[in-house]
Amino acid sequence: MAGTALLGRLTWLVAEVTETVTETPRVRTLILDVDGWPGHRAGQHVDVRLTAEDGYQAERSYSLASAPEDPPALTVERLDDGEVSPYLVDEVVPGDRFELRGPVGGYFVWDADALPEPLLLVAGGSGVVPLMAMLRHRAAAGSTVPAKLLYSSRTYEEVIYREELERLDGRGDGLEIVHTLTRAQPPGWTGHAGRVDVDLLREVSFPARRAPRVFVCGPTSFVEAVAEGLVSLGHRPGRIRTERFGGT
Amino acid sequence: MTHLDGNAIAGVLEQLFGRDLTLASSRCTGCGAMREVADIHVYRSAGIVARCPDCDTVLFRIVEARDRMWLDFRGFSSLQVRS
Amino acid sequence: MPFDPAFRFNAACKTHTVGIISRGFRGRGRGDDSGRLPPGQYATDDFPVLSAGPTPHTPLDEWTFTIEGGAEPVRWTWDEFRTLPTETVTKDIHCVTKWSKFDTDWEGVSVDALLESVDHDRAYAVAFCDGGYTTNLPVEDLTGGKAWVAFAYDGEPLEPEHGGPARLLVPHLYFWKSAKWVRGLSLRDEDEPGFWETNGYHNYGDPWREQRYWGD
Ligand SMILES: Cc1cc2nc3c(=O)[nH]c(=O)nc-3n(C[C@H](O)[C@H](O)[C@H](O)COP(=O)(O)OP(=O)(O)OC[C@H]3O[C@@H](n4cnc5c(N)ncnc54)[C@H](O)[C@@H]3O)c2cc1C
Ligand SMILES: [Zn+2]
Repeated sequence: MAGTALLGRLTWLVAEVTETVTETPRVRTLILDVDGWPGHRAGQHVDVRLTAEDGYQAERSYSLASAPEDPPALTVERLDDGEVSPYLVDEVVPGDRFELRGPVGGYFVWDADALPEPLLLVAGGSGVVPLMAMLRHRAAAGSTVPAKLLYSSRTYEEVIYREELERLDGRGDGLEIVHTLTRAQPPGWTGHAGRVDVDLLREVSFPARRAPRVFVCGPTSFVEAVAEGLVSLGHRPGRIRTERFGGT
Repeated sequence: MTHLDGNAIAGVLEQLFGRDLTLASSRCTGCGAMREVADIHVYRSAGIVARCPDCDTVLFRIVEARDRMWLDFRGFSSLQVRS
Repeated sequence: MPFDPAFRFNAACKTHTVGIISRGFRGRGRGDDSGRLPPGQYATDDFPVLSAGPTPHTPLDEWTFTIEGGAEPVRWTWDEFRTLPTETVTKDIHCVTKWSKFDTDWEGVSVDALLESVDHDRAYAVAFCDGGYTTNLPVEDLTGGKAWVAFAYDGEPLEPEHGGPARLLVPHLYFWKSAKWVRGLSLRDEDEPGFWETNGYHNYGDPWREQRYWGD
C-alpha cells in the first residue's frame, strides 16, 4: 500500500538471523539483519511474530540488546514450557527469518546525550537485556555519566553478558557493576548473595537526593519488589521506569 | 499471570495510531487519575485489556483478529498527545 | 497529502497479513486427527492462564452465588452451595486463543440443579463475576447437563488463577464463556453481550463452527 508507506506507519519487517551467540546454557543472542530497519534507541523493544507452516502465529516482545550504534540484536532466555522462547534459543540458525514490528516505545529509553543525571539500572535475569543496550550505548557514545548496574542472577553460570560486563566495569568511565546471586554462589564469590532487597538497594544505589534516572527490568514480581524498595528509599515514582517481562 | 506495563503494547498502539503513545497522558474515567500510557497495567488474554493502576477500571480493550481489530477506549476520558 | 484520520485508521486495520513462514516453528499445540479438535485448534497438555484483570481473592465466608431475574433473587452462601448435589465430569475445553485441552476433570454443581430453585421463564443469562467480567449465554446452553459451576479441577480445589473458588464451566462453547470467579447469573428476556462479546468476540462462540469473532 503506497499511501500507507507515505504516512510512515509502523509495519511488520522481515528479520534475517545473521549470527547467534550462546550467552549461557539457557540464553542466546540473535544478531539480525532487518530490511528497512529505521534504527533504534537504547531500551526499546520489538514485537516478534512467528508463523508456522499451517498459518498458526505467535507474537512476543523482545528488547533490543544492542547499542543503537550496532545492528539490532535480541537476547532470549529459554523458558522450558514456553511456546516462543525455546524456538528462538534452540531452533533458529543463521539464515532463518521471522517478522518483527518495531522498534517501539519512547518510555523505557535512555539517550546518552539527553540525560545528564546519574543512571541507576536494576536487572533481574533476562531483564538485563534492555539495560545492556543502555550500557553499550553509554560506552559507544563515550558518556561518563555516573552509572550503576545492580544485577540479580540465580547462579554464576546464568549471568548473561558476564565477560562483557567485566570489561565495561573495568573501563574506569564512571560505571560500577554489582552482582547478586540468589540461588548459589561459587567458592570465593565476593559479590552479594540473595535477592535484591531494600538493604541492598540502599547500599548500592545512588541516594535519592542525586535524583538518578532509574530503570528496573525483569520478571514482574522482581520489578514490583525493586520499585517498591526504591520508593521507600525516597526515589520519586516518576523517576523510576519499569519494564515487566511477565511471569509471576 | 500478572500484568505488564503499558509500554509492552507500544507496538500495537503505534501501529494503530501511527505514533508512539507510551508517553501520552491519559485520564481514567473511574477515578480521574492522570497516567502515562506506559504506566498503566496491561493484561493479555483473549485480547489486550488495559486497566487503571489506581482503581482497576478498564481503560481500553483491543481485540486482534487476523484481518480485523476492535477497539474500545471507553475508560479514557481524555488522552493528551504531543502535537 | 492532508492528514486524514479515517484513512489512516482504515489502513491500520488491514495490516494483518499472513506472515512469512518461520522454518521449524510449530507453536505450543499439536494437531490431532481423532475428530476431537475443532477447526483451527491445537491440542496441548498445558493449561495456559489468561486473565483480563487482577486475580480476585474472595474469602469463602464472603462468597455467595446469586441468580437474579426469577420471581425472587436466589442466593447461596459457600456452605449452602456446597450442600447441593455435585457432579464430576470429564470434558474437552477449547480456548479461542487456539489451544484445546482434552479430558479435563472437573467437579461442580450443575446449573440445572441451581435453576431448580428459581421460578423463571427467561431465555438469556449474563454470568457476572468478581473483578467485573461478564459473559452472555442462552439459558438453553446452561441447562440440560451442559453447564456447571465448578469448584474443583483435577481433584483439587480450583486455584484462584484458574477461576477459584468457582468458575462457570460450559465446555461446548469457547472457554471465555466459562467465566472465572463467577458469582452469579442474571436472567433476562433480551440477550445482552458481555465483556468480550461487546468488543469483537462472537456472541455465541461455538468452537465447532469456529465462531471466534463478530460475523464468523
Ligand atoms: C516489553 C517486553 C520485553 C521483553 N524482552 C525480553 C527479552 O529481551 N528477553 C527475553 O528472554 N524475554 C523478554 N520478554 C519476555 C518475552 O516476551 C516472553 O514473555 C518470554 O520469552 C516467554 O515467551 P514463551 O512463548 O517462551 O513463553 P509462554 O508460552 O508465553 O509462557 C510459558 C510459561 O512461562 C510463563 N512466563 C511468561 N513470560 C515469562 C517471563 N518473562 N518470565 C517467567 N515466566 C514467564 C507463562 O506464564 C507460562 O506459564 C519481554 C517481555 C516484554 C513485555
Ligand atoms: Zn482509575
